[in-house]
Formats: sequence, C-alpha cells, structure tokens
Amino acid sequence: MIQYIAFWLFASMVIASATMVILARNPVHSVMWLILAFFNAAGLMLLAGAEFIAMLLVIVYVGAVAVLFLFVVMMLNIDFAELRAGFVRYLPLGALVAIILAVELIVAGAAWSAGKVDLAARAAPAVTDRSNIQQIGELLYTRYIFLFEAAGIVLLVAMIGAIVLTHRQRGGVRTQNISLQNQRRPQDATRLVDPGVGQGMEL
Amino acid sequence: MISVGHYLAVSAVLFTLGVLGIFINRKNIIVILMAIELILLAVNINLVAFSAALNDLVGQVFAMFVLTVAAGEAAIGLAILVIYFRGRGTIAVDDANRMKG
Repeated sequence: MIQYIAFWLFASMVIASATMVILARNPVHSVMWLILAFFNAAGLMLLAGAEFIAMLLVIVYVGAVAVLFLFVVMMLNIDFAELRAGFVRYLPLGALVAIILAVELIVAGAAWSAGKVDLAARAAPAVTDRSNIQQIGELLYTRYIFLFEAAGIVLLVAMIGAIVLTHRQRGGVRTQNISLQNQRRPQDATRLVDPGVGQGMEL
Repeated sequence: MISVGHYLAVSAVLFTLGVLGIFINRKNIIVILMAIELILLAVNINLVAFSAALNDLVGQVFAMFVLTVAAGEAAIGLAILVIYFRGRGTIAVDDANRMKG
C-alpha cells in the first residue's frame, strides 16, 4: 500500500515541479523546482529498485548540475522580464507539438504493453542474491569497461572544453613567480651601509 | 499494481513538458537547458523502468551513461552561455546569428 502512495506522490510531484520549471518567471525559482523534480525522480527510481541510479541522480544532478545552473543564473546580470516576451506567442505552437508528442508516446507505451515484444536474450539479467550496486559495478568494470572509460573521456573533454571556453587571460595582473622568489639571494636584496654621524641616509 | 506502464506515462509527461518548455521559453537559454535536463531525466526514468520490468541491468548501466552526457552537456552549454553573455550582454538566443548559419 505504501508503494502506491509513494509512487503517486513522487509521480505527481515530479510532474508538478517540471511544470513549474518551464513556467516560473524567475530562473532561480526554475532551478529550485528542477532540484525538487530531480529528488522526486530519484524517489521513483528507488521504487523501481535502481538504488544506484537514484543516488547518482541526487549526487550528480542536485549536487553538481543544479548548483552549476544556480551559479550561472546568479552570476549573469540578466533582464529576465525582457526574455519573457513572446511567451504567449509561442504557446500555441509549443502546445500543439507537445500534444502530438504526448499522444505518440502514449500510443507507443500502450502498444508496447499490449503487444509484449519478447526480448528473449537479456544481456545482463539481474539476480537477487547481490545488491543492485554490486551488480552494476560488476557489469561496469567487466563487460562495459570500455564504455565506462569512454564516459570518463566524455567528462574530461567537457571539463577541458568548459575551462578553455570560459578562461580569460587578463593583462596587467601581478602574479606570483615562485622560481623568481626562490632565486632571490640576501646579497642582492639587502645593502649594508655605514653613514657617518650627523649624515642622513638616502634610500 | 504499479506497472511499467505507469512509469512510461510519467516519463512521457515529463518528456512532453521538456519539449513544451523549449518552445515557450525560446528566448531564455537557461530555461531551455533546464528543459533539456528534464527530457534527459524522462529518458532515464524510461531506461530504469524497462530495466526493472525486464529484469535486465543494462538499462541502468545505460542510464548512467546518459547521466554522464547530461552533466557534460550542461557544463559545456553553460560555458558557451557565459562567453555569449560576455560578448553580447544578453542571453536572448532567438536572434543569435553571429555565425551566419
């Protein structure tokens, strides 16, 4: 019984917060609704028995992607009211495409549940004697090791690309030169003088 | 009984909301990127639901790769957005024609 309540709660919350993401006037609020949507989607995946993906969703999306969005939204000084113009103009076309898409998806889902395409050869059947995370780890580090490394390369390229794109070389900045500091000797830096009595000293 | 069909319905609605978000927020690229994240989330829910229904773990492995690509896409997209804003002072993308494409 609790599963039904949890499913309907998570499902309705994820849809409601997704609606708010695309309708919110302030993009900061959009990001907050997005975080809520991700949490509830993680709950949905937890109900389906995919604990690893659920935790990954919380860590990657809520912990990294949503915070990245928040940083960018708050860093840029943007007139959001101006960007809202045309909202009503695009609504009919968008709604038309959305309705067509929704009908197509529902037909596809219904056809799948009615016809029951028999996927006889399962690539990696799940077993019950080990936890979900252990099974995924065994798959990832054996059969899908190259895909796993390719995912790492994708992340590396994304990281380098983002850094290269946003890095700015500013002129006239005094930066620390450590080798120059280490090469400095006392005899170059200090001077011992012996001024006579009554004589000043010029620096 | 919660079946895979319920999950498919949720993910279909989520996907549709993502597409609708791209259409109605055509000027605001930040919200467009968030709508793309919603679409990828819908895809992930589909993958996980089928993985659970068919008792096959490959769906979850693949969902992880989708997650990876989504994170990289968000990082690159926001980096491009930052340099675009630096050059133009606005992020209205419906008149972005610098590359004359």
